[in-house]
Amino acid sequence: MPNHAREVAVVAFAQSDHRRHTDDLSEVEMVMPVLHEVLDRTGLTTGEIGFTCSGSSDYLAGRAFSFTMTLDGVGAWPPISESHVEMDGAWALYEAWVKIQTGEADTALVYAYGKSSPGSVRDVLTRQLDPYYLAPLWPDAVALAALQAQALIDAGDTDEAALAAIAARSRTDAAANPHAQLRGPVPQGGHEVAPLRTGDCPPIGDGAAAVILAAGDTARRLCDRPAWITGIDHRIEAHGLGLRDLTDAPSARLAAEHAGAFEAPVDTAELHAPFTSQEVVLRKALRLDGTVRINPSGGPLAANPMMAAGLIRIGEAAARIHRGESRRALAHATSGPCLQQNLVAVLEGDKA
Amino acid sequence: MSKEPVAVVGIGQTKHVAARHDVSIAGLVREAARRALDDAGLDWPDVDAVVIGKAPDFFEGVMMPELYLADALGAVGKPMLRVHTAGSVGGSTALVAANLVAARVHRTVLTLAFEKQSESNAMWGLSLPVPFQQPLLAGAGGFFAPHVRAYMRRTGAPDTVGSLVAYKDRRNALKNPYAHLHEHGITLAKVQASPMLWDPIRYSETCPSSDGACAMVLTDRAGAARAPRPAAWLHGGAMRSEPTLFAGKDFVSPQAGKDCAADVYRQAGITDPRREIDAVEMYVPFSWYEPMWLENLGFAAEGEGWKLTEAGVTELDGDLPVNPSGGVLSTNPIGASGMIRFAEAALQVRGAAGEHQVPGARRALGHAYGGGAQFFAMWLVGSEPPQT
Repeated sequence: MPNHAREVAVVAFAQSDHRRHTDDLSEVEMVMPVLHEVLDRTGLTTGEIGFTCSGSSDYLAGRAFSFTMTLDGVGAWPPISESHVEMDGAWALYEAWVKIQTGEADTALVYAYGKSSPGSVRDVLTRQLDPYYLAPLWPDAVALAALQAQALIDAGDTDEAALAAIAARSRTDAAANPHAQLRGPVPQGGHEVAPLRTGDCPPIGDGAAAVILAAGDTARRLCDRPAWITGIDHRIEAHGLGLRDLTDAPSARLAAEHAGAFEAPVDTAELHAPFTSQEVVLRKALRLDGTVRINPSGGPLAANPMMAAGLIRIGEAAARIHRGESRRALAHATSGPCLQQNLVAVLEGDKA
Repeated sequence: MSKEPVAVVGIGQTKHVAARHDVSIAGLVREAARRALDDAGLDWPDVDAVVIGKAPDFFEGVMMPELYLADALGAVGKPMLRVHTAGSVGGSTALVAANLVAARVHRTVLTLAFEKQSESNAMWGLSLPVPFQQPLLAGAGGFFAPHVRAYMRRTGAPDTVGSLVAYKDRRNALKNPYAHLHEHGITLAKVQASPMLWDPIRYSETCPSSDGACAMVLTDRAGAARAPRPAAWLHGGAMRSEPTLFAGKDFVSPQAGKDCAADVYRQAGITDPRREIDAVEMYVPFSWYEPMWLENLGFAAEGEGWKLTEAGVTELDGDLPVNPSGGVLSTNPIGASGMIRFAEAALQVRGAAGEHQVPGARRALGHAYGGGAQFFAMWLVGSEPPQT
């Protein structure tokens, strides 16, 4: 694991109450409360933040440069040092972490948001596929995940009962999470696309999240129990599904190696596995055994706001360290069909 | 902790044209990336990470196309980041890549930006009606024309200045084999006689719509020592953003642009940009933005920018050449345009700009802006390593 020059920690995290529809809110109105919450928690103002970075998608917003509007929610005046990734907010956090490593900033505000409710997200995500060979067939995200689930079942890695248990555990845990969209068990229901049942799929919804990062003593000043990012890395795989072994996630494992995840056990893992079957893949790739608490927040099976759900995994893992409920946690984010791209962060509390 | 010095050791562009019907999107980006690697004397396995940028995904109709492009860019098993900061994105992307080297997270990074605008219509792609938000009015030209008008009114610039910029940039483009527009018969009279599109911006004072990609290989000191050709060294880089619309916003000379330039000059130790910078590649999508940015970037006092243009100072043989490559006015694959500015600045200080080389250029500024004149990205590169 590389020794990075600066210690960087998550010092504050906030998220919206994730909902199936937010017709009453613009994206700016959805983002502003979480921005204010993390700023209030640290006592920082926009002008005191060294770097700001966000993640969102124009395709979900249905307009070009949609992030220019949410920048209004930040209050970028006087002008700020700022950037944006067309990726999940977890990668915005990565860009901010790099910025702090350069020494050009001591603090960073990271936020992400997505409204899936205005369109059919299953259809929208087909536009993310190879435009020449795959997208013209319109295979939707559930169908592709089902392909992966069937490969897992065929390989003997899981079965429908085991998947149902993951769904039940996630929603039961979410009962204690006031921000979750599905709180408490829901029926597994019929097959959406066999072998995945309704309960194996994430809820579709709208939401936002924000994180503040800080370096070294600044982090200690802003937070009683900073969640130190001791390692963070991300890797991508080939896009063509035919080129991949869908029962494995080598890019997740590689990212975990580079993040130092395997150097010591973790007690908690927040996995961005929108489908129950993907948790099976990730547990194997990330070598998470039965002693690790998986998705105590309920995970993306309880709330999956596109573009924010990965950042929320890092935030939830950090919040657990902030509350003294975890010593060493792994947070994971994903993007693309069937876990094509994966990010792993390792967060640690101070040794008591 | 001091930052690792960042060197540009490889640059590759496609020949920018209206429509590359002969290649896929993957084929387009790979062409630029391969040329950058060849320039650096490197191959795909030498790259530690890929940072890609482009403007709105609607321009090609592919959502987050970097996922599909991972294979074509040799990114499988590597980190891949996708930046999107509106028109400034090409510049921002290069800066994000540079930070990976500066922070010593990676040693050698491939950065690339592209747009394949022939896949759709950029003007209308930018003009989707969104309820309860201000309309963009027929694309970027409709949005920016009133701000040009405000500049003319504020400074008393004669209305001939815009055509001088276009005439210069289109002639410079004739010396750049990668430029989109090669108007061999161009004359000032032709520019002045071209149709009015968005008053006061004429057809010939407007950027084209291009298919193209630009790539750079960025590396650390050790990488630069191994490189077969001279490096361009990063002396300063910054991004600044401000809101689109707010009471007190100065659209003619946005504060974010001034702040961004000031940060870059501070990092690079520049106190008199007009004297100390030898060439400028600035983002001029509409001719009048040259005098406007000359003031915003501190090359001229407020109200004086147009006088530099009028006096020929910004010509290729003037004492502050602006857009020797022909600029955005001659080549505009939107998502790549900022990176082309950054790359052309680097070519100048590497002495590798060919026919449009500014003799002896030692320091050059690359500039990009986007959104409602609200996102700025700039870098200053030099022929010598920074003194740290």
